[in-house]
Amino acid sequence: MTQKRPLSPHLMIYRPQLTSMMSITHRLSGVALASGSIFLVWWLVALAYGGDYYQMVQGIAEHILGRLVLLGFFIAVSYHMANGIRHLFWDFGIGLSLDGVYRGGYIVIGFTALSALAGIAILFLA
Amino acid sequence: MSKNTSAPQSLRSPLGRARGLGSSRSGVSHWWVQRLTAMGMLPLVLYCLISFILIADADLDTARAWIGQPFNSVAMILLLAVGFYHASLGLQVVIEDYISTKTRRILTLAFTKMIMTAFAVMSIYSILLIALADGV
Repeated sequence: MTQKRPLSPHLMIYRPQLTSMMSITHRLSGVALASGSIFLVWWLVALAYGGDYYQMVQGIAEHILGRLVLLGFFIAVSYHMANGIRHLFWDFGIGLSLDGVYRGGYIVIGFTALSALAGIAILFLA
Repeated sequence: MSKNTSAPQSLRSPLGRARGLGSSRSGVSHWWVQRLTAMGMLPLVLYCLISFILIADADLDTARAWIGQPFNSVAMILLLAVGFYHASLGLQVVIEDYISTKTRRILTLAFTKMIMTAFAVMSIYSILLIALADGV
């Protein structure tokens, strides 16, 4: 693909809308979860090993950086799950009007914000 | 409205239409399985996430005992199998959308699917080791 063909839409001159931003965030959170799952795999392998190795991995998870990663993972799960349900409603033909996609969008953002607060409380205040 | 009878109604051959596989060569199966795995994961994610939060600061033995419970091991194994399959399908769409060079696209797809398979096998094997050693 060496030909310089015109590209559309020109994202740089588009005014960002809630809908398009939520769409790309769904993709980003999905990729983040797929990559971040390496930590879940690592933790399970450490749990199978047990002993000092588990203590080491658990120590990393409880470190401030580890807890930040866990918080990010938790927020990504919340958003991807809530927005995934929004997508499933669309697949049944529900909520496809302009009003509907915005209403669903606000519900998903509200749910994600609440889980983010819950995640902060569990990981940093408990 | 007059109909031009000499022109074909569609450029798609009757055989192609009957097969119904379209330009993806695999029909709607990717789309459909992506949705099925998403719906299947909903209860599994909620159950495992809430359980993880409840045993968040548990020690080694408590965590292993939780996974050793048959219901929990099965829930975890299902979540990991369905989840990594769902992740693999999702990453495939992203790769197909953004990598336009065919060779690079095919290699990246193969590599990504291998990694997702390895993740699934490693995590499920770990669950089995724990469940068979400490399980009820």
